[in-house]
Amino acid sequence: MYFVDRVRQRLDDTELQRNLKRTRGRNAASRAAAVAAFTDFDAVRTRATEIRASVLRDLDIWLERFEQKAAETGATVLWARDGDEACRLIIDIARRHGVRTVVKSKSMVSEEAGLNAALEQAGIRPVETDLGEYILQINDNEAPSHIIMPVIHKSKEQVSELFARVHGTAPKTDIEDLTREAREKLRPEFLGADMGLSGGNFLIAETGSVAIVTNEGNGRLCTTMPRVHVALTGIEKVVPTLDDLSTLLRILPRSATGQAITNYVSLLTGPKQAGDPDGPEHMYFVLVDGGRADLLGGDFESMLRCIRCGACMNHCPVYQTVGGHSYGWVYPGPMGSVLTPLYQGLDQALDLPQAATLCNQCSVVCPVSIPLPELMRKLREKQVERGLRPWSERLGMRLWAWVAARPWLYAIGSRIAVRYLRWLAEGRDRIQVMGVAPGWTSQRDFPAPAERTFRDLYAAQRRGGRR
Amino acid sequence: MSSARDDILGALRCRTGRGPDNAAAACAHVERTILQPRSGPRPSMPEDLVALFVERAQAMISTVDLCPDPAQVPARCARWLREQGLPLDPVVAPSLADLDWRGAGLEVRIGAAGGGDRVGVTGCFRAIAETGTLMLCSGPDSPAVNSLLPETHVAVVPRAHIVADMEAAWQAARAELAVWPRAVNFVSGPSRTADIEQTIVLGAHGPYRVHLLIVG
Ligand code: SF4
Repeated sequence: MYFVDRVRQRLDDTELQRNLKRTRGRNAASRAAAVAAFTDFDAVRTRATEIRASVLRDLDIWLERFEQKAAETGATVLWARDGDEACRLIIDIARRHGVRTVVKSKSMVSEEAGLNAALEQAGIRPVETDLGEYILQINDNEAPSHIIMPVIHKSKEQVSELFARVHGTAPKTDIEDLTREAREKLRPEFLGADMGLSGGNFLIAETGSVAIVTNEGNGRLCTTMPRVHVALTGIEKVVPTLDDLSTLLRILPRSATGQAITNYVSLLTGPKQAGDPDGPEHMYFVLVDGGRADLLGGDFESMLRCIRCGACMNHCPVYQTVGGHSYGWVYPGPMGSVLTPLYQGLDQALDLPQAATLCNQCSVVCPVSIPLPELMRKLREKQVERGLRPWSERLGMRLWAWVAARPWLYAIGSRIAVRYLRWLAEGRDRIQVMGVAPGWTSQRDFPAPAERTFRDLYAAQRRGGRR
Repeated sequence: MSSARDDILGALRCRTGRGPDNAAAACAHVERTILQPRSGPRPSMPEDLVALFVERAQAMISTVDLCPDPAQVPARCARWLREQGLPLDPVVAPSLADLDWRGAGLEVRIGAAGGGDRVGVTGCFRAIAETGTLMLCSGPDSPAVNSLLPETHVAVVPRAHIVADMEAAWQAARAELAVWPRAVNFVSGPSRTADIEQTIVLGAHGPYRVHLLIVG
């Protein structure tokens, strides 16, 4: 299904529209307040961009350095060419350690890989523990609609109804009570699970560690209680030092939720050590390529700087109106419109690069200065080069080029168009219903053109000048 | 069949233009970067780091009590627990075993918290003024679970451990810790979630309340 078709469904969904409206603009406002209160924001943003860009320049060496250091701490580093291979590796680890239940804290790479379905097929039970992800899992494995607020599209009434149905409890309307209910359901899972699976916000080459940023504490529980911890993340997540981590931590939560820092930042280094009273006995890293290596050194390399903060979608007028599910894959909003065609194939996401107004808000707020609209424009160019645009558009463009290359024809055409539009405007300065394309004016007016075209005016002036 | 590792690193080397002529220089650059970590822009800090720490910690919804006399820590802790109507049987990190907890009327257990513990007490390696954050390093004397499983977390923060920012805390860790800890947890107030309708609720999966006793 195309983006436009999914969008049509979402726009007609009055409940979804109500839910989206409830939170619309809130994250943008929190971010704006956090940025205003932090005088060094721009300087930190510049440095954060530099850090991410510098790692990409020597990504091969940074990864090897990370791997070597992680191995020294007793962790095992595994590599996966794609999501399927990552799933196989994780199932192997689970089998090796006799794992029946896996508690998971949020990992977008796990969504990319479709890990939950793979685990279930292998007879291993995955339990999502981030509140939002848990809600989605018990709602028949619904997909997240935002990378850090996965259930932003749901109302508390919908969650309440879901909990009552799945947990068999009395419906609750208070968000605090709902949160407690999930806490009480999930606590025994943390204590009983054999494996914890986390994502990784950053991999630190200096110490061979993974850094995990959470508010709920589920990330800590997943990486502390079970016997085995697997950190599943993309190969682009390396940063050189703990100082660099500190810089990125000044900008990630502020960009994401407007927090100066998240409640928890955990730096995890290797398995349980001699004398440690807690922690996993085995620690694994699964580093996934999944299309990332192909971006390095090319037009889209800057996309690998992404730190998954969600600011671009929080500021996107299209995302805010249609919600995350319209984008069709795990990454929504502007970053999704770039990543989905790159990771899934341009022909798999035909209209995603078009799913933006190129208003540029996303690149203004992106904490690592990714020129998202420019990347979308490049993807559009690639679509044209590969002949992936619909025949009607190609024909239209060709016709346009043919006319534009013949000034006399163009002049006649524009004169006719002006007459037609002014006729539609009926003497006013706005057109209320656009005759040939009424959809264009279903939500807005179209400005009526001036009486004389630029070419007429210019010609008249030239004549006047000569006189 | 070549391994995934070889394939991925091979592709990356091809993309970064790696070859015998530049590999050694790039490795040297990587090692240098790690040996001489470069700080990014660090916000300027006031003289009084303790006051800033208190203000920022409260902003993250930690509660704070100043306790000048270290010997008074158990009594202050007990008083706060009573005031809040909380259980008086905390599990205390071994690093704080020397304090006279029983003398203050607390039925303490020294060790690592389990699922049934309701109050956990920890020290802290450093505390960060910039964000009002505790830096907890796991180890034999400082279990990570004490600040995680119980619904209430009480942390003892020596005044001298309060540093300006995370960079300063890392510097201290690099200099002082013989073994790098398995887990370094930065804790800023009680756990929370805003997943449902973006309404902030405290006590998601970790503690509902974090109380700081600033000592010295
Ligand atoms: S593209 Fe930029 S703004 Fe969007 S999620 Fe990534 S880092 Fe954040």
